[in-house]
Amino acid sequence: MATEFNVPDTAAKTAKAASQEFETEKMSLAMGPSHPSTHGVLRLQLELDGETVTHCDPVLGYLHRGDEKIAENMTYNQFVPYTDRLDYLAPLANNAAYAAAVEKLANLEVPARVQAIRVITSEMARVSSHLMGLGAYGIDVGAWSVFLYSFTEREKLYTLFEELTGARFTTSYSRIGGVARDVPEGWTDRVLAFCDQFPPILDEILKLLTRNKIFMDRTVDVGVITAKDAVAYGLSGPNLRGSGVKSDLRKDRPYWGYDQYEFEVPVGSKGDCYDRYLCRGEEMKQSIRIIRQAIAKFPAGDYYAKDAVRIFAPKKDKVLTSMEELINNFMIVTEGPQMPAGEVYFEAENPKGTLGFFIVSKGGGVPWRLKIRGPSFCNLSILPKVCQDELVSDVVSILGSLDFVMGECDR
Amino acid sequence: MIELYLSLPIWVQASLKGLIAIGLIIPIAGACSLAERKISAWIQGRPGPNRARAWGLGYIPILGPILQRLGVFHLMADGAKFVFKEDVVPGHVNKFYYYLAPLVALVPSLCTIVVVPFGAYFDAATETLKPLILADVDVGILAVFAIGSLSVYSLILAGWASNSKYPFLGGVRASAQLISYELSMTLSVIPVFLWVNAPGPEATLSLFAVVESQSQPGFWGGMWFVFLMPLCAFVFLVSLFAETNRQPFDMPESEADLVGGFHTEYGEFKWSIFFVAEYAHMTIGSGVFVLLFLGGWNPLPWVPLEPLIAGLPVWLGGLIGASVFLGKTFFFIFLFMWVRWTLPRFRYDQVMKLGWQKLLPIAIANVIFYALAIALIERA
Repeated sequence: MATEFNVPDTAAKTAKAASQEFETEKMSLAMGPSHPSTHGVLRLQLELDGETVTHCDPVLGYLHRGDEKIAENMTYNQFVPYTDRLDYLAPLANNAAYAAAVEKLANLEVPARVQAIRVITSEMARVSSHLMGLGAYGIDVGAWSVFLYSFTEREKLYTLFEELTGARFTTSYSRIGGVARDVPEGWTDRVLAFCDQFPPILDEILKLLTRNKIFMDRTVDVGVITAKDAVAYGLSGPNLRGSGVKSDLRKDRPYWGYDQYEFEVPVGSKGDCYDRYLCRGEEMKQSIRIIRQAIAKFPAGDYYAKDAVRIFAPKKDKVLTSMEELINNFMIVTEGPQMPAGEVYFEAENPKGTLGFFIVSKGGGVPWRLKIRGPSFCNLSILPKVCQDELVSDVVSILGSLDFVMGECDR
Repeated sequence: MIELYLSLPIWVQASLKGLIAIGLIIPIAGACSLAERKISAWIQGRPGPNRARAWGLGYIPILGPILQRLGVFHLMADGAKFVFKEDVVPGHVNKFYYYLAPLVALVPSLCTIVVVPFGAYFDAATETLKPLILADVDVGILAVFAIGSLSVYSLILAGWASNSKYPFLGGVRASAQLISYELSMTLSVIPVFLWVNAPGPEATLSLFAVVESQSQPGFWGGMWFVFLMPLCAFVFLVSLFAETNRQPFDMPESEADLVGGFHTEYGEFKWSIFFVAEYAHMTIGSGVFVLLFLGGWNPLPWVPLEPLIAGLPVWLGGLIGASVFLGKTFFFIFLFMWVRWTLPRFRYDQVMKLGWQKLLPIAIANVIFYALAIALIERA
């Protein structure tokens, strides 16, 4: 072999030297599609020398539903529920990102209130997604209680989601040109109450892991991704920032008025599993900061764009009383919101990374082509490189630290 | 009653005792699985099993709801489920060893209780404390180690016989890990027996003698070995975690990477036997720890049991002794669970490194230190 790999420790090195002397047989091991640590239906075809991974081959597509093709056969509005199922741990953020992409195509400016709602819900989705990621990571390294603690907090968020959208899991909240309904009365206060009680609990949960010797042994210097590699493989989100690249679309290309909020972008120094874990923990705290600010200057106004007449379906009472609105409603439902022809790409900083929508429109209510850039897909592309020469148990901690969701990976 | 028992042939007496011990240890193992669920629930801030309710029992006025809250019926339902489930044997396994493995797991852990005293009573005739034990043999601790270590074969057998990759990895890990930690475990008890046995012909390895030497009068006599030899106790406890495959050392079955490890291909009753064996192992391990380092049935350091129960009836004294011992044992079982639901899991190579590079040198240095110290004290 021409290339010399980074071998984790001396014991493995001697084992490697020994295996070069004697003919040893390699074992192929299918990790997944149903395996407790592959978080869904990822399958890793591993080639093992003892317990050292000599080759890792991710096999995707077990959750492929053809979302992109489905999008070509339905109107823009009808596709909103499908975006729930991309990163199903943060549907609110997906909904908003998709709506913003179509709004960009329609050249539509949404009111400040809608933007604020989107910021608040996206950040809440980020907290809930990271909580899930943190809990699942706890299970991966064997700390079950962390999972249940973070799940309890996530349930509180889901109760708030339920109040806002009517659903706990698949929210389908955003509409093109606005949101499905206005924020319920007193909801922002309850969100603030959550913001008050959550950070101390988060600190307590993180305390179980952050300085834990066993946890650090499992994660520090494991699965190191250099900044160069991270950029080259198109990583995004906490995985990219964990490698020390300070890149956050909320700062770099602010949308929804993110530039008016103060928050830090945490970056790692080494790019190992531990850094990625720390980044997620800190991001949750920053999200809480953003939510507080957004609620503090929560603008009044409409929850949909007034000028989106041919896009945003009119209110029910107007449909029942006014002829024009009835026709308009009928047109929007049957033919879809009318979009100009053109190509547009919009990406948002989602919990898992950069979720992008590339829409090619030939006019009318149906996209001609809708390409989704799922961050998990790009984040997983680095697996063969990171898993090389690590141990089987390390593969588990690397997978957990990448915090992927197969829903948006396979789409 | 006692006359009838004593009039029976010796082998009937022995079988009766054995049956009682088995009848005791298996329910304790079952209760452990319930305790595990309740304690994990307690640690994780959730109620735990509290829904199931059995016909008849569940409707007793006050007791019923309490049992229901405790989840006792879940335990019963679980046990019944394991017994009555269809006995599925995967087609690719080696049937003989596949069936043998759970038995090899259970038998040694049940056998070890023969030499473990679980209490003491005051014998008025000889005016001495007698152990509650099935067979008070002089090899004591050696028998515990010798028989207990056989259970490693069950994990290896299960791993190999399953003829599947994850169990295979689990079996390989199990054999390496258990053998490595056995070394430090055995070494860690040597100082205790050096201390107990004065040079002379009547040396003993009996666990009863260890407790006896912790119940002597005086400052040094009544001191528990955990204060005298804290490092030994620590090494023994850590090795015990590794020996019983409890987290953070549960490499053979680490479910995050090996799915179920050695028992991946097992189901129904055979699977549950593995768990009964694990809990039995844990119970006996905790018991041995209590005997060696925590004064066995002596309620407090420097407070021996003997004068407390000297005037009481035999059965009451025996009950007190056994309760004190079991209470301490249960605390250690609780400790096992507490650790399991708090700490993450080591990686396999880290477990091996810890065993060979940290624990074993500590154990060896410990033996040398105490050997020299005891020699010096005896010289003086």
